[in-house]
Amino acid sequence: MKRIPWAALVWLALVCVPFLGSRFYTFLATEIVILALFALSLNLLLGYAGLVSFGHAAYFGIGAYTCAILMKTHGVPFPLAFLTAGAAGAAFALLFGFFCVRSTKIYFAMLTLAFAQIVWAVCFKWNAVTGGEQGFNNVPYPDLGWMAALPLLGGLRTADHYFLVVMGLAGLCFLALRRIAQSPFGRMLTAIRENPERAEFVGLNVRLYQMAAFTLAGAFAGFAGALFGIFNRGVFPDFAHWAKSAEVLIMVILGGMGSFWGPAVGAAALALLSHQINAVTQYWPLVLGAVLLLLLFVFPGGIMGLRGKRRA
Amino acid sequence: MLEPSFLVGQALSGLTAAMFLFIVASGLSLVFGVLRVLNFAHGSFYMLGAYLSWQMTQWIGAASGSFWLAALAAAAGVALLGGVIERLLLRYLYGKEDLYQLLLTYALVLLLGDAAKLLWGTQQKAMPRPAGLTGSFEIAGAVVPHYNFFIIVLGPLLAAGCWLLLSRTGIGRMIRAAAYDREMLAALGANVGRLYTLMFMAGAFLAGLGGALVTPVRSIVPGMDVDIIVEAFIVVVIGGLGSFWGTFLGALIFGQVLAFGILILPGFSIFAVFALMAVVLIVRPAGLLGRPLS
Repeated sequence: MKRIPWAALVWLALVCVPFLGSRFYTFLATEIVILALFALSLNLLLGYAGLVSFGHAAYFGIGAYTCAILMKTHGVPFPLAFLTAGAAGAAFALLFGFFCVRSTKIYFAMLTLAFAQIVWAVCFKWNAVTGGEQGFNNVPYPDLGWMAALPLLGGLRTADHYFLVVMGLAGLCFLALRRIAQSPFGRMLTAIRENPERAEFVGLNVRLYQMAAFTLAGAFAGFAGALFGIFNRGVFPDFAHWAKSAEVLIMVILGGMGSFWGPAVGAAALALLSHQINAVTQYWPLVLGAVLLLLLFVFPGGIMGLRGKRRA
Repeated sequence: MLEPSFLVGQALSGLTAAMFLFIVASGLSLVFGVLRVLNFAHGSFYMLGAYLSWQMTQWIGAASGSFWLAALAAAAGVALLGGVIERLLLRYLYGKEDLYQLLLTYALVLLLGDAAKLLWGTQQKAMPRPAGLTGSFEIAGAVVPHYNFFIIVLGPLLAAGCWLLLSRTGIGRMIRAAAYDREMLAALGANVGRLYTLMFMAGAFLAGLGGALVTPVRSIVPGMDVDIIVEAFIVVVIGGLGSFWGTFLGALIFGQVLAFGILILPGFSIFAVFALMAVVLIVRPAGLLGRPLS
């Protein structure tokens, strides 16, 4: 029996969401797709390379600020700003990654957090460029007038058009990430995760591979941030805050880092949960911490892990 | 040219900051040295120490000596909490991958941070300096508050005390043995489980004490937990994680670089510290006095 292409089916179903005509559903779907991309970028590190980054939000924030500032302050067209955001995420990931992968996992954990905090501090304090604590507001939508001229899409709102752009770009990123994960490079990362010494014995340059993974993860986090900044119509220092890093880390673990799509499922679950919780209380981190404890002690495999267990 | 009084003043304020950092970071380093657990929640313990000592002084009132009583009680309270956490949660994760222990302490950062907000709100709180240490004196034209001078003296005393405890007493020998080879120590009949609990409590005590003592100098706010943990991480990365004197050296360097970094980058002197950390990582990846981790 041929395997059902679940991911493609879900993608197609999501593309239909704007035609439901609900602002809220489009909003929620956009958020989930972007966060899924963010979570999948982290899983390249966590699930495949076995590197636990506690500061992945830094690259999300860098991408968001890069794209928003280029588009609003400098009038750069969206495609170019989007690509630059990914490049900026990659460049900073390369710079910080150079230091982070030098030593053990414990050092990696400390340094990723420390570097992310400095990114946050810069976004928070550099009023002239980032808008500081008040954030960088009124980020424009890309010029999507051409979409209104297309058949079927004419009756949709700008937010719906933007959602379709997100679906397209995120879809390309998902394909690229999947390709990377299944490539010989992805297999090498897994080999390094399982046994770094042996990988080194057979002649792999472990640090170089880890740095490449860190850079790629930074690039895709930058893409996700760029999309999110426009979706959110503003970029805030919180994008790079450690609590955001915690959120994406929990998405990955909640969904299950053992499978490629697990983190996307985790992102959807956590986004839905956050809408429920934020309606009731502002103590979202408390809930996140509780979810993480539960995952550690009760469901170490996450949602996809449960599915796998039932099958076996 | 720079005034000598300015230089002395900066050096002394850097030294004060360094000693606060040492008190906190030494706990982090000791716990790591023995338990091999990197405790993200160490900063949360520091924050709880600050809030608890504020709460205690609210209860006791401003009687003489209340500051010290509150500080010790707060540190003891945090140590107790640390013991409970070690017994009920951390203990079950020792055999597993590093990831699980990291994630547990990370979850604690989230939980304790919000718990503090629930209990004490988001308004920042301030503590007066303790009676008897409210004045100040001058060295080479620089004004030094008595309280800062007390901290500058306390830091090295605490370091010497810890060092004597580790190198000259029976319990210190056990701690060093546990850091060296846990299984062997257990095989020789020592109660390693209890030693781990005690060690984690001692680390929490130091964090809580640091938090309680810092209150007259810095305001108590949510977010101080993550600020201090990042600084403590930098200190142990520079000095060498798990190395006691490395932590002391790291804190001293951190304080001075932070104090004089404003000459190069006003407002962003933390960059100077990061630059230094980057250099240390390139030249000596295990830290100045650290041994490479296996």
